[in-house]
Amino acid sequence: MTHFTRRRFLKAAGIGGASAVVGFGAASSVAKASKNAHVIVIGGGSGGATAAKYLKRFSPDLNVTLIEPHATYHTCYGSNWVVGGHAQMDDIAQTYDALQSRHGVKVVQDTVTGIDPDARTVKTAGGETMKYDRLVVSPGIDFRYDNIEGITEADSESVPHAWKAGEQTMILRRQLEAMPDGGVFVMVVPGNPFRCPPGPYERAAMVAHYFQKEKPKSKIIILDNKENFSKQGLFMSGWKEHYGDMIEWVPSSRGGMVEEVDVANLTAISDAGFNEFKADVLNYVPAQQAGKVAQDAGLAVGHWCPVNQMTFESRVHRGIYVIGDASIAGAMPKSGHSANGQGKVAAAAVVRDLAGLEPKSAPTANTCYSLITPDHAISVAGIYVFEPGEREWEDGQMVLVPGSGGVSPADAPATTRQLESIYTKGWYDGITADIWG
Amino acid sequence: MMKAVNLFLAAIAVSVTALAGVSQAVADVERAAMVTTHCFACHSIDGTGNMPNLVGYPPDILVMQMRMFKDGSRPATIMNRIALGYTDEDFVQMGEYFGTIK
Ligand SMILES: Cc1cc2nc3c(=O)[nH]c(=O)nc-3n(C[C@H](O)[C@H](O)[C@H](O)COP(=O)(O)OP(=O)(O)OC[C@H]3O[C@@H](n4cnc5c(N)ncnc54)[C@H](O)[C@@H]3O)c2cc1C
Repeated sequence: MTHFTRRRFLKAAGIGGASAVVGFGAASSVAKASKNAHVIVIGGGSGGATAAKYLKRFSPDLNVTLIEPHATYHTCYGSNWVVGGHAQMDDIAQTYDALQSRHGVKVVQDTVTGIDPDARTVKTAGGETMKYDRLVVSPGIDFRYDNIEGITEADSESVPHAWKAGEQTMILRRQLEAMPDGGVFVMVVPGNPFRCPPGPYERAAMVAHYFQKEKPKSKIIILDNKENFSKQGLFMSGWKEHYGDMIEWVPSSRGGMVEEVDVANLTAISDAGFNEFKADVLNYVPAQQAGKVAQDAGLAVGHWCPVNQMTFESRVHRGIYVIGDASIAGAMPKSGHSANGQGKVAAAAVVRDLAGLEPKSAPTANTCYSLITPDHAISVAGIYVFEPGEREWEDGQMVLVPGSGGVSPADAPATTRQLESIYTKGWYDGITADIWG
Repeated sequence: MMKAVNLFLAAIAVSVTALAGVSQAVADVERAAMVTTHCFACHSIDGTGNMPNLVGYPPDILVMQMRMFKDGSRPATIMNRIALGYTDEDFVQMGEYFGTIK
């Protein structure tokens, strides 16, 4: 991938060198206790790749195997910029070279087809059975079409979701490029909880930015299955400032709760047929659930996986940690930044557990930047900490530290918005280096 | 103000000493590591990106800057909101931990 920002000058010599296995020189007792222990990580996305890397950082003697089917992972972050035409797929591509060569993670390109929590084994599509001492599961999301008529996953070639980056991102981009000026782009957005709460509204802005330059007579309609959304005030004033009335947001109470999709006619239907929205390009973002492998292993209760939110160990099966979008993480949003933090929390918890140490909690953080134009960004941040409940960890939750975080100020000058757009790109380069670098 | 800072720095000196007393054996999964590694998401430790590089940053200055973000005396786009989530003890642990990264 190319970096969006320039590499900083390095003060300390040796950092960033390509060959050495980097660790913090961990600790003999931890190392001994976990020597030869095998931790398998399922999924090389935001959560899983972080967990694999930090397991080796915290305990270099551990054997860590990361199982991921793709040789190249495309981040969802930045994919809205590709949809809007000012970044390319190569810019959001990540690989597993550094995890293997710098950090000593064994990366296996395969798909896990089953987990046996009693035997502590995983089976893969490639026909392997691997034994683990601890398992970290970060499979992200799968889509649900059980709450909608007329559309299934098989339709995502013509009605893309573009909510997992890769081929889907390109399908949506190509459709927008082929759309005539004066066309209507309709985006259907699910109710909470879902991956990346500000994502749909950043996408609307990025598409508007493209339309304004290339197809100024076009319209954007967001059909939303909720009454309010992340950073709403900042998005709405930013849309207005840069795009006038191009973007129309329709909440659930005014026809945004889509019940049926007519795929052949690119039409979204709500309120028992009372409202019909005809699109030239239709982007249907389905409701979501924990990735299939977690569902199949019984790790989910309902659609998501309950965990001890201090350690992210599953509340269903001991020895298995579920992180990222698939987990129920209290007040933490389903974001790449949250998944990255949870990867570190789980890595520390696994290492402590293998060393026979009591679990420990520490605050973690989330930041989500969104672009409204390439030079106008807004952010939301939060610091989260585990708060025990009446039954200690069992009903404890990750809560927002009171008074921390929040959104960019409503009255900030253009220079602040521009600074935040520079940090948006810096955030991308920083977090991807932290996960895959 | 200056006096308060001095007092505070004295307090840090004490805490840092206390931290140094923690058995080296488990230092990598102790609280300081668990708090501070979250900073790396934006402040990459391998020189990538455009956020300030905190590797090798003087611990007392890091603590002072974080306190100033927290009380609003140092303007920021986002660090002020982030600093509000942490305690003085957290800042001390961050400063100390960044100093251990090579
Ligand atoms: C448009 C959009 C914009 C976004 N922007 C941001 C942003 O600006 N900031 C932010 O913080 N977040 C953002 N996100 C959210 C972020 O992408 C996700 O929250 C994050 O990637 C979740 O991490 P994860 O590890 O749970 O899942 P993923 O990153 O999706 O990783 C899951 C991995 O598991 C693998 N996998 C699945 N099943 C198996 C199996 N059976 N065997 C082996 N491997 C398997 C998959 O191939 C995949 O690589 C955005 C999302 C979208 C859709």
